Amino acid sequence: MSEIRNVIIIGSGPAGYTAAIYAARAQLAPLIFEGSVTAGGALMNTTEVENFPGFTDGIMGPQLMEQMRGQAERFGAELITDDVVSVDLTGDIKTVTDGSGNTHQARAVILAMGSAYRELGLENEKRLSGHGVSWCATCDGFFFRDQDIAVIGGGDSAVEEATFLTRFAKSVTLVHRRDSLRASKIMAERAENDPKLHFAWNSTVEDVLGDAKVSGLVLKDTVTGARRELPVTGMFVAIGHDPRSELVQDQVDLDAEGYVLVQGRTTATNLSGVFACGDLVDHIYRQAITAAGSGCAAALDAERFLSE
Amino acid sequence: MGATKQVTDASFTDDVLMSDKPVIVDFWAEWCGPCKMVAPILDEIAKEHDGVVIAKLNVDENPQTAASYGITSIPTMNVYQGGQIVKTIIGAKPKAALLADLAPYLS
Repeated sequence: MSEIRNVIIIGSGPAGYTAAIYAARAQLAPLIFEGSVTAGGALMNTTEVENFPGFTDGIMGPQLMEQMRGQAERFGAELITDDVVSVDLTGDIKTVTDGSGNTHQARAVILAMGSAYRELGLENEKRLSGHGVSWCATCDGFFFRDQDIAVIGGGDSAVEEATFLTRFAKSVTLVHRRDSLRASKIMAERAENDPKLHFAWNSTVEDVLGDAKVSGLVLKDTVTGARRELPVTGMFVAIGHDPRSELVQDQVDLDAEGYVLVQGRTTATNLSGVFACGDLVDHIYRQAITAAGSGCAAALDAERFLSE
Repeated sequence: MGATKQVTDASFTDDVLMSDKPVIVDFWAEWCGPCKMVAPILDEIAKEHDGVVIAKLNVDENPQTAASYGITSIPTMNVYQGGQIVKTIIGAKPKAALLADLAPYLS
């Protein structure tokens, strides 16, 4: 057991790193658990980020995170590339146990665990995961050169992935359960003008076909109920995210969907000294910049709490 | 001993398939975020275990080997023993989970 710290931050994306930058500059010497394989958060699996203010020509997601990390480190944040496996947040002194079994204590904890990819929930989706079923277009697009593939979803991340994948694929079919995209106008327009991109509107995936690897999808028309087969060798799933709140679900108040509940415009949870930010609390905006903003708020809230 | 070994399409047969020891091959690429997460974990495992060779194959520079093993997702870690695949791990995992998956080949 080491000394009692001011603040421990769990999670690393834009929220966690921004909280770390603010807490470090406030001389709180924060300890950040970045996650053993999720360090940097969701932006690590993206390509170009065009809407983060300050980057006129855009910036690559992983590079943006690397720079935020470096900025936190520069002010004395201590970064640990490990997971947190259990927490006790109820008392005045909070205890956090990491993936190597070490325990750490602090007077305040900032939760910034973000969200995880949502799955379709099909048996064959799981079976063929890594054999044509993918959750990371930037990682796996390369393997689908000159092939016909599908992207499932209609939000920003689905449209971004579909557009990215047209660099490699012969054709990309965007399968969406509604009749129009939820994505931002600029992205939707770009997608609709892309000659390699096709749309399967009002369609859900009923099954993933293939023996050793994906050979097609069974789509169901949500209006007529008709089923049809879409021959593709790859399926990229981008149907949204679920908050990664399992770690704290028995201690911190969550809403029905698992997001951490915070008080009013603050980042305060139901537990004194425990603050939450980023995608873990936000099911409305879910942007890098809003996550960063709420990470800043969490650090300021923690700082105020510690000085009381 | 103790470091990861770079292998290529050209050296794959000699370095991996003909190896006396089991070989864990990490199929990776520069553009893959999760690959960068798993790389330092594999470096540590290589340092801690002498009974196994940990090899890295850049799929961008060595597409033949990746294609011949049907790799469509990275990181993929294949364990080869006597020229045969005996275990496949797809996707980045925490160290403890990787060690558990690889336990039979590490001693």
